[in-house]
Amino acid sequence: MSSDWQAVIGLEVHVQLSTQSKIFSGAATAYGAEPNTQVSFVDAGLPGTLPVANRGAIERAIQFGMAIGAEIAPLSVFARKNYFYPDLPKGYQISQYELPIVVGGSLTTRLDDGREFTVPITRAHLEEDAGKSLHDAFHAATGVDLNRAGTPLLEVVTEPAMHSPEEAVACMKSLHRLVRWLGICDGNMQEGSFRCDANVSVRRRGTEKLGTRAEIKNVNSFRFVEKAIAYEIERQIRAIENGETIVQETRLYDAAANRTRTMRSKEDALDYRYFPDPDLPPLVLVEADFARARSTMPELPDARRGRFVQQLGLTEYDADKLTEERALSDYFEAMLIALPSQTKLCANWVLGELASALNTDQLDIGHSRVDAAALAQLLARVVDSTISGKIAKDVFAAMWAGEGSADAVIDARGLRQITDDGALTAAIDAVVAQFPEQVAKFKAGDEKIFQFLIGQLMKATKGKANPAQLNALLKQRL
Amino acid sequence: MSGLRFADIDGWRAALATDRAAALAEAVRMATASQTELNALITPAPITPIADHVGSGIGDLAGIPYAHKDLFCSEGVRATAGSRMLAEFISPYDATVSARLNAAGAVCIGKANMDEFAMGSSNENSAFGPVRNPWNVERVPGGSSGGSAALVAAGVVPFATGSDTGGSVRQPAAFCGVTGFKPTYGRVSRYGMIAFASSLDQAGVIARHARDCAQVLNVLAGFDPKDATSVERPTEDFVAACARGVRGMRIGVAKELYSAGVRSEVAECTRRALTELEQAGAVLVDIQLPRLPLSVPAYYVIAPAEASSNLARYDGVRYGHRAEHARDLNDLYSRSRSEGFGDEVKRRILVGTFVLSAGYYDAYYLRAQRIRRLIAEDFARAFAKVDVIAGPTTPDVAFTLGEKSNDPLAMYAADINTVAVNLAGLPAMSLPCGFVDDLPVGLQLIGPAWGETQLFAAGHGYQQISDWHQKTPRVLS
Amino acid sequence: MHIEANDLDRLARLARLALTADERSALVSSLDDALSMVSALREVDVNGITPMAHPHDATLRLRADEVTETDRQSALERIAPQMQGGLYLVPKVIE
Ligand SMILES: [Mg+2]
Ligand SMILES: [Zn+2]
Repeated sequence: MSSDWQAVIGLEVHVQLSTQSKIFSGAATAYGAEPNTQVSFVDAGLPGTLPVANRGAIERAIQFGMAIGAEIAPLSVFARKNYFYPDLPKGYQISQYELPIVVGGSLTTRLDDGREFTVPITRAHLEEDAGKSLHDAFHAATGVDLNRAGTPLLEVVTEPAMHSPEEAVACMKSLHRLVRWLGICDGNMQEGSFRCDANVSVRRRGTEKLGTRAEIKNVNSFRFVEKAIAYEIERQIRAIENGETIVQETRLYDAAANRTRTMRSKEDALDYRYFPDPDLPPLVLVEADFARARSTMPELPDARRGRFVQQLGLTEYDADKLTEERALSDYFEAMLIALPSQTKLCANWVLGELASALNTDQLDIGHSRVDAAALAQLLARVVDSTISGKIAKDVFAAMWAGEGSADAVIDARGLRQITDDGALTAAIDAVVAQFPEQVAKFKAGDEKIFQFLIGQLMKATKGKANPAQLNALLKQRL
Repeated sequence: MSGLRFADIDGWRAALATDRAAALAEAVRMATASQTELNALITPAPITPIADHVGSGIGDLAGIPYAHKDLFCSEGVRATAGSRMLAEFISPYDATVSARLNAAGAVCIGKANMDEFAMGSSNENSAFGPVRNPWNVERVPGGSSGGSAALVAAGVVPFATGSDTGGSVRQPAAFCGVTGFKPTYGRVSRYGMIAFASSLDQAGVIARHARDCAQVLNVLAGFDPKDATSVERPTEDFVAACARGVRGMRIGVAKELYSAGVRSEVAECTRRALTELEQAGAVLVDIQLPRLPLSVPAYYVIAPAEASSNLARYDGVRYGHRAEHARDLNDLYSRSRSEGFGDEVKRRILVGTFVLSAGYYDAYYLRAQRIRRLIAEDFARAFAKVDVIAGPTTPDVAFTLGEKSNDPLAMYAADINTVAVNLAGLPAMSLPCGFVDDLPVGLQLIGPAWGETQLFAAGHGYQQISDWHQKTPRVLS
Repeated sequence: MHIEANDLDRLARLARLALTADERSALVSSLDDALSMVSALREVDVNGITPMAHPHDATLRLRADEVTETDRQSALERIAPQMQGGLYLVPKVIE
């Protein structure tokens, strides 16, 4: 971007709430069902049907609001947004308009370079999702699947407070992490559970007035969002520099061509004729609703990160990594039940051995082949010197392969450390006898030979010698 | 069996007890026979085979025949809402009202004719032709529940269902000389009742006797988890309430219900009825409803606004009429809707679209909702002083078919005494109280929210001291 | 506010109604009449009055988050004008 220009970016993110049933009907929300098999008569907008709101969706919205320090509106209103589209069965979308459930709050984001910045949140409102139009399924027709119609969404709207594609993506990622942490959304972008629209405009650096914005719709990966915004910024600058005017419009990102283009079907100047839905009286929340939401709310990632640093003595880096995902962080904390004082050891293992095993097998932490208690038992055997840290890695690999608990593997493979002075002294005798030349060199002052001798001893004991003890005994002997 | 013409619910019970099969056969025969003269049924056939009802006798309305306004969905049965749009729509589910009537054992003998999507006061807006008034077949039966009122007035069924958004139960009841009851908004579930204006719509009952309305309302009333505007309340026995009488009851009389448009002979009938109630021990109290004149304009903003949105679902995609050979999506929408909807429905959709559109929302829709509150407050103030409010249901008796069909505004203006009740969500009823030009006149009683028991006490009380509801028209002879 | 032919056309487009020439001229005047009737509202002082969207100022009742519905695809197909492979069909939409 030329330094004459500043980009201004605001985000609208549709977060699909992880309820069992739809926001206004008892139909299931599971992804991937056969077309139109998860559509109740209410979802299909049959004559005479009526919406009844799902408490689960409302509770999740309250938790989100609490997590971003927003005001939860004591009274919010479901309105109708009227427009015609084949995947909109009633001819209107039920959405909160003038009085949303979540107002204000903010999201703090850390960039890769460690810099922190805070994006103010304008609002978050509840609404129902539309169905899916399948434009390529038939030659001359569009097919409509209403399975998704009525799925609860929380639309999070940020202030236009970001100025680069990197900032926008960082903000999106921290929102993504938060909603997954709260357990209010599964975060699956391929399945459309987390959909980003970006409002992009540019203005000359130093000017206040916002430029005309384009809205880039529904980009389904962080990488594409970044590319789409970068493309759009360049396009707008080029257009203005060529004397063109930017029109306010909705644009689609074409990933294959890496460009954005005008969305043709929504060219009409729209007039949504919002008004309060007469089928749904205002949502009034009282202290009991807040208490209920609070009682099932997990500790927030920032609070937990702070606690990890201050109370557990972890490094900022480890604390950051451990709080990227709630399940990972819960796993780590579960290990500490058995090993309360081994925070660093546990952190190293979770972020090291465990993370790489998960990564190799493409598993998420919820599907780990070794659970927290089992891993803690393994590390307890390191702490009590039953095995060395090095052997522990082999034991972990065996546990991962399903060979049983740490103790079972240690016993089956005879991996207990040799801590008996007599056995170690016998081994030393044998090695000293086997390598007289090296022993002489050491005695002549070649200190490096010591490690060679330790290596030979480890080989002789199949690595089971307690290293500290072996060191002391060898030194004493020489 | 011809003794069943004009029989009340208890009369039907007696006949059913004697010969159930014969009584039910007679119900169907009468309904079918009424079609040529009245055209009061859109689907003149029982919704479940009569044979299915012959053996059973369980439920509070076991075996009692009724006509079901074609606005209520019943599983496996056509529900047209009086519209070409739904001329072939077979509902795959039961409205809560339908389910409750089924559970009570009532026997639906057909789906009643109505103004399209309940928009109208004459039943001339039906895609299935107008209904005739049994007192004079050249006259309209009123609307939108015109078929229901006509069938009850003609003595074909002891009761019929209706829906009342701005008077659609009370006005046809008045025009046809029968009793029409509109409960408090939220008392009867709206689930499965095809929507016109959701914040005003309420299911109701038409019968010849107030006490029969009470019997049916005992079945229909109650909380429904499928309707978010249904209200959870302790059950009340409306039949028992009928016996309370009118002694000591304070009846409010508002001069605003006797505006310039009310024909003097009509006003006279209702004043006579009030005098009779006073003689029976009721106390007449002057009250004021200063904002009543604003109810027609407020109603004709709010109802079309909600309707314009409620009727957006009729787009030819999932059910209902679909235009052939559409060029593109918008062509499919526009032609399906234009072919499917009648003139009055189109007019109200357009008015509703206008009052909600950018730039006009505040001046029309929001303003109407503010005035709605003022109207509700007028009633609340009045009900601090009285138990019920009384006045004429309509400014005049039934008019001639075609007389007002080119003058929608005249038709709207005649809703002056009924629409305020819907704006405030109150219960109300219309009772026969005399004749003008050999056509029935209706006395409207309005109650406070959830005050159905007072209304039944007053309505049944009046029918104990009058016999206007016993009069029978000479139709179908 | 007076309704002109172009206002009517805009409303008809928004409401997806295709009007014939006869309907248009009749509707221009009847809509105009209807709007002048309701304009009586404009003379009322409504300052400080909260709009009333629901009778009795009701508040929202919530249901538990439970799946209570089953597959209705075949029932929906029976009443659908055009369905193929379980999908509703409409004329091709180009985005
Ligand atoms: Mg948006
Ligand atoms: Zn949205």
